[in-house]
Amino acid sequence: MTPPAMTSGRGALRAVPARYVPVLVTACLFVAMFVAGGVRYEGFAGGQVILNVFVDNAFLLVVAVGMTFVILTGGIDLSVGAVVALSTMISASLMAGPGWPPYLVIPLVLLIGSTLGLVMGYIVHAFDIQPFIVTLAGMFLARGLCYTIGTESIPIEDPTFTAFAQTRIDLFADLWISPSVIVAALAVLAAAYVLHYTRLGRTVYATGGSEQSALLMGLPVGRTKIAVYTISGFCSALGGVLLSFYMLSGYGLHAVGMELDAIAAVVIGGTLLTGGSGFVFGTVLGVLVLGLIQTVITFEGTLSSWWTKIFIGLLLFVFILLQRLFSARRRP
Amino acid sequence: MRRLLWPLAVLAALILLNVAFSPGFLSIQMREGHLYGSLIDILRFGAPLILVSLGMTLVIATGGIDLSVGSVVAISGALACLQISEDASVFTAVVLALGLSVLLGAWNGFLVAGIGIQPIIATLILMVAGRGLAQLITDGQIITVNSPAYKLIGGGYLLTLPFGILLVLVVLGVTAFLTRRLALGMLIESVGGNAEASRLAGIRARGIIVMVYAFAALCAGVAGLMISSNVSSADGNNAGLWIELDAILAVVIGGTSLAGGRFSLGGTVVGALIIQTLTTTIYSVGVPPETTLLFKALVVAAVCLIQSPSFRDKVFRRRGTAAGPRPAAEEKVRVTA
Repeated sequence: MTPPAMTSGRGALRAVPARYVPVLVTACLFVAMFVAGGVRYEGFAGGQVILNVFVDNAFLLVVAVGMTFVILTGGIDLSVGAVVALSTMISASLMAGPGWPPYLVIPLVLLIGSTLGLVMGYIVHAFDIQPFIVTLAGMFLARGLCYTIGTESIPIEDPTFTAFAQTRIDLFADLWISPSVIVAALAVLAAAYVLHYTRLGRTVYATGGSEQSALLMGLPVGRTKIAVYTISGFCSALGGVLLSFYMLSGYGLHAVGMELDAIAAVVIGGTLLTGGSGFVFGTVLGVLVLGLIQTVITFEGTLSSWWTKIFIGLLLFVFILLQRLFSARRRP
Repeated sequence: MRRLLWPLAVLAALILLNVAFSPGFLSIQMREGHLYGSLIDILRFGAPLILVSLGMTLVIATGGIDLSVGSVVAISGALACLQISEDASVFTAVVLALGLSVLLGAWNGFLVAGIGIQPIIATLILMVAGRGLAQLITDGQIITVNSPAYKLIGGGYLLTLPFGILLVLVVLGVTAFLTRRLALGMLIESVGGNAEASRLAGIRARGIIVMVYAFAALCAGVAGLMISSNVSSADGNNAGLWIELDAILAVVIGGTSLAGGRFSLGGTVVGALIIQTLTTTIYSVGVPPETTLLFKALVVAAVCLIQSPSFRDKVFRRRGTAAGPRPAAEEKVRVTA
């Protein structure tokens, strides 16, 4: 399949271009976990277990897709969890208080999320401040806004939202998904299209590979950086809308620590944290692995929930180590 | 001194704001041999943050960052409380907790210096796994302890002052001596400026990086003891939550550049005090306490923008770099200091 020039002749693994290796490792890990779970637990090895991971993590998937864009340019966005919470809070309060209809609320929420991202991206680009600290301020701002709206959890009783939350879309053979999964899948497809078939996607990879070279090539680096943070803000807001479908409430403490889950998913999905290399599909696998860990722990029953964190930490460690090995090998 | 100007001005403004809302803010009383007053409270409740920020300052000076301090705070408190609840002596508990903290810090340092992982990510691992570890130690429960000796660390008094403040003064003194009177501070700054160049110049850059992370974790461990002793309980989930972000904020507000290569211990202490005073101010002004985060966001944004050279260029371009206002500014520092 691959041209012989790319193989070094030793081992089958070398036949695969280096940039696909991290994704393949994650895919193998996922399959291994799934098979191990299937052998160990009854009722695990069904398609519905995987679909449930999607159903329960649709919002995380959308957020992680946005994060992939930012990390591909070599940046980081710590504000995503807070923007998710803010989105649930705004939609819940607007529908509960003034009784706004959902078709007004959802676009407004998406607009607010994108605007927050745009402003952060602009500050990162124009004033040359580290993305880490800018998005940290954004995180405080968004969480603070949540608490300014209200400190209590606000239930969502709007019929459209509840209908959306309860709808099951039946696939073949007793398998089902929620509408949120379709939204998430569309987001993934759109992201893959943008990254691989548009000029913006090209520039994203170029900026992450080497900002200096991208600038010298005359690529619009500044505009791209602003764009990725805007995309991340939009994805967080969309994730927030999906989370409010899932939770049917708005709360300032929703999605605490989600930025870490999103970063972990992107890293486990094989995207280099230094930017320039990675795939949206890898991020999907990353989210699947994270979700499967939770499923395994639920199936195990005796393991307590904090083992999830320890396992995610261990996985992060292993994958970052792998990244180091690969990037070390690439530079002879 | 000019680097401390903005932080000190902000701190002074915050304190003035407090005085305007509650005139008795500056008064310090002596009650039952202990000092009481709003200012003492700020120092006492700010002590853990100051400690964590001190450790963070040195890490940031080497061009790194340590996200795991919050988790270390939780782990250290959890281990100490577990030991005490199992009838170990307070001394053993404290030594064990601090030992584990140093070990965790050395692990971070090994990942950064030995394997060469980006600091944000290397410490992210322990930040995620550490919370799980803390809950593993406490078995998901909140461990409460009843030990007067342990209570001293975070809630007790010595020589009329809260013990926590004395502890901070000791750590600050030792750190300042080690980094500013010995060559260590210069070595740290040179590693932060360019790790490879300093290695070629004969500095053991790796050793210094491991040491700095271990020190940050040790500070976080002490802060964890303080926090858990103050409330006489260990909560693996919530102890030290977000303290890493506050600490980074304190360091940045204090004028230490996130790019590494230079640091200011005094600035960090002022930065941590600003954050603690901000929290107090929000209570005393009568703004709902939930909006603390909003104010923090505004302060971070303002401080970062003011410190950003390109922002200053863009906004203050017309005024140029006239030397006029600068001397006056230094005058002000002397007044507020």
